[in-house]
Amino acid sequence: MIRRFLLSIALLAASFSFATAAHALDEALVAKLASGESDDQVAAVAALVASGDERAIVLLQALADGEVQTAGKQVLIVKGEEGVDAATGAKVAPLPATREDVGVNNRLRRELESGIAALQLISPDRAIRLAAIKELGANANDAMLPLVKKAIAKETDSGIKAQLEMIEAAMELKGGTKESRIAAVKKLSTSSNPNTKSLLLGVLEKGAESDPDVRLEAEASLRAVEGRLAWAGRAGLLFSGISLGSILLLAALGLAITYGLMGVINMAHGELIMIGAYTTYVMQNLFRAYMPDAFDWYLALAVPASFAVAAAVGMALERSVIRWLYGRPLETLLATWGISLMLIQGVRTIFGAQNVQVENPAFMSGGIEIFTGVVFPYSRIVIIAFAGAVLAGMALLLSRTRLGLFVRAVTQNRPMAACVGVRTARVDTWAFGLGSGLAGLAGCALSQIGNVGPDLGQSYIVDSFLVVVFGGVGQLVGTVYAALGLGLANKLLESWAGAVLAKIAVLAFIIIFIQKKPSGLFALKGRVIE
Amino acid sequence: MKRRSFFKAAALAAALATAGLGSTDILAQAKTVKVGVLHSLSGTMAISETVLKDVALMTFDEINAKGGVMGSKIEAVVVDPASNWPLFAEKARQLITQDKVAAVFGCWTSVSRKSVLPVFEELNGLLFYPVQYEGEELSKNVFYTGAAPNQQAIPAVEYLMSKEGGGAKRWVLLGTDYVYPRTTNKILRAFLKSKGVDDKDIDEKYTPFGHSDYQTIVADVKKFAAGGKTAVVSTINGDSNVPFYKELGNQGLKATDVPVVAFSVGEEELRGVDTKPLVGHLAAWNYFMSIKAPANDAFKTKWAAYSKAKKLPGADKPLTNDPMEATYIGIHMWKQAVEKAKSFDTDKVIAAMSGQTFPAPSGITSKMDEKNHHLHKAVFIGEVKADGQFNVVWKTKGPVKAQPWSPFIAGNDKKKDEPDLSAPKAAPAPAAAPKK
Repeated sequence: MIRRFLLSIALLAASFSFATAAHALDEALVAKLASGESDDQVAAVAALVASGDERAIVLLQALADGEVQTAGKQVLIVKGEEGVDAATGAKVAPLPATREDVGVNNRLRRELESGIAALQLISPDRAIRLAAIKELGANANDAMLPLVKKAIAKETDSGIKAQLEMIEAAMELKGGTKESRIAAVKKLSTSSNPNTKSLLLGVLEKGAESDPDVRLEAEASLRAVEGRLAWAGRAGLLFSGISLGSILLLAALGLAITYGLMGVINMAHGELIMIGAYTTYVMQNLFRAYMPDAFDWYLALAVPASFAVAAAVGMALERSVIRWLYGRPLETLLATWGISLMLIQGVRTIFGAQNVQVENPAFMSGGIEIFTGVVFPYSRIVIIAFAGAVLAGMALLLSRTRLGLFVRAVTQNRPMAACVGVRTARVDTWAFGLGSGLAGLAGCALSQIGNVGPDLGQSYIVDSFLVVVFGGVGQLVGTVYAALGLGLANKLLESWAGAVLAKIAVLAFIIIFIQKKPSGLFALKGRVIE
Repeated sequence: MKRRSFFKAAALAAALATAGLGSTDILAQAKTVKVGVLHSLSGTMAISETVLKDVALMTFDEINAKGGVMGSKIEAVVVDPASNWPLFAEKARQLITQDKVAAVFGCWTSVSRKSVLPVFEELNGLLFYPVQYEGEELSKNVFYTGAAPNQQAIPAVEYLMSKEGGGAKRWVLLGTDYVYPRTTNKILRAFLKSKGVDDKDIDEKYTPFGHSDYQTIVADVKKFAAGGKTAVVSTINGDSNVPFYKELGNQGLKATDVPVVAFSVGEEELRGVDTKPLVGHLAAWNYFMSIKAPANDAFKTKWAAYSKAKKLPGADKPLTNDPMEATYIGIHMWKQAVEKAKSFDTDKVIAAMSGQTFPAPSGITSKMDEKNHHLHKAVFIGEVKADGQFNVVWKTKGPVKAQPWSPFIAGNDKKKDEPDLSAPKAAPAPAAAPKK
């Protein structure tokens, strides 16, 4: 986003400062770019880039953005209803009625992106230069070497200069003397860019490099780069494990209260998650309809709303059905399962059987690049933070508030709590509402990364029970460890054996684990329960 | 008096006559033929299949408005097999035996088609299957109006190998875990090997139906791509595509670096995905909404009007796609075949189907092969544009004949390019066991 913004400012500046310039781009070249075969187009891009003309940036960027059109022989840059001639920059009004878009395919787009980047290497703005270097790192081609050399000579920022020299080294791998090739290979060994690996692999390919010294150096550099890449890969894996763990934790936290503390086998837990997701969807629609300007902030209201709606549904369930069934787990299981089917069908009737679309707020798309090639998506970072916040909030609620005290008292010793005047029935309702509300929060979070449909809950109910049982029923801290552990294990196995096998392996592991240790990771010790 | 009674009698007669005329009119209207629509309207495949049900109903309306099939109005029997493969077989049986439909239009996933196949063969029903698939099947009771591998998968991979497509050297074959992706990837692996690609340069990956966490997979693709110019061939099906493409966008895997070509993603699946980070990723189909052809304009207008009239969920932004086109062609060809055979009888219609032609919305004249039950189709490769439409970057010169038995699978050279027409098979196909 920021990059695009800066880019467009630079382009605007460029087009202002050169709109008055008398000289124009080579007409033949522009024509070739607009209507040639793709080989011609690629050659035209290279020629325009080599010319170093700032007007070329405007044209190339317009082509990449799909704003270049042809009308007969005339080539136009059309933005909205305004058009200028691509070669001269003169305003064209009125626009010809029949215009053809100039199509761009991946090959041309690649050339365009790296060409624009090469031209921007001498931009006065540091941020644009950095973005250009990043782009060039992926797709530099030999024709740009003079531009890169020019940029190095002009560059004053030492950090950028070092990166430019890295690109220069990559370009000089193929040509140059033995010494310069060895120097280039050595220079590359300090890179942590995945593209460097493929460059070096290219050097080591059969027939690419004949000099044994250069090959030796290249192998050493490759090992260094691969070592660095492996660490980046591990960091990425750890992150995705934690991310999955945070999702499992969110899904299971509510169940940790209703099943873990209260002992209600709530098969409708998944549907409470689903209700939270649909509440988010409704909030999103309300914002879109009534407050389109503040759309990016719909989550701020969706979070409390999904908690409240799911909690209300949960409390209604508890009052009407579940409280008559305390201490009868089998009947509870059947009744809540029936309720889950009713909830699914109800949502299907109201919202339709198809998935609904929940859009991410703009700040949640994209990601932050931790290492070159390892991106942590913002949506997942937000969810990890959200899971942490929910966990902390719940821990505080249970340990520091009166309601928390009552809940703990009732779950530990119901008759005694009743004796000292705790209204156990009411505490049950509140606790069940809390668990359901947490499920609603999970639904709100899940709507940001997955599909929202009536069956949403079905895919999380099994995972939720697994986490709670694995962590040890009645133990919140166990739930946390179990969620993170299962998340990490799943992701590690997935990268090693594939998604299908990973799921099976995790299930098999839990079956064996529960056989050996039926009370889970953190068993409650002492006389507290039975 | 006499005159009056005469008058009365005349009036009575006239009334009777009009009543009589009226009743024959009602009779003519009552003459209907039932056809089945067998698409998942809920579950993981609903994202793709729901519009096929709608486009089928639109086509029935269109045909009925022009007098129906051989004077009979089409009456649609719509059932929802709910992305549940065994349920497909049950619903198919119900359509044929209880509703006595003349033909069924339905199925998307190959596992659902494999599930209903024995039913259609046993009861001698007629199925029109509108989706690209893996081939390796030829039944007398099925007409395949989608693409076989040589009409979609192979040309797409050839394009990505070419200079124009980026000259990919390494391949990630990524799919949902069931029969279509597995078989297609088997064919592609053999094809790539025949082009000199090593096994170490091919990475096959599968995810379960409904999978929604693609972090590791996208990260792995990036890692794999560091080893040389890489392309991804995606046979992910159903609503998993939404999280997959979101993840691609979020992790910044750009088409200029690692292009992803998909075989089951069209305009409809990308609805609701932010396509701006996805510009340049590809899909291979036999039809795109962006194709400029008079027949396509007519098709799009019809669909837009129908979605608006029926207040369909996507009516504010009506989209057409390849399987919708294939459904449309299939229904029209069935009508033509019935009228040629002058009968709704399955065997007679099957015989009349051979060589049927229809002006397809993709701009070509589509022809049902004389023998192999597949359409001759033109192949298009499109790149995703920022608005979610596709920009056609490559196409075949004309229609291509389908090869249901891929030459890249051993033993297929001995198989006949036409279904066995002698008596329905006694034993149902062994591969009918559902995957999920």
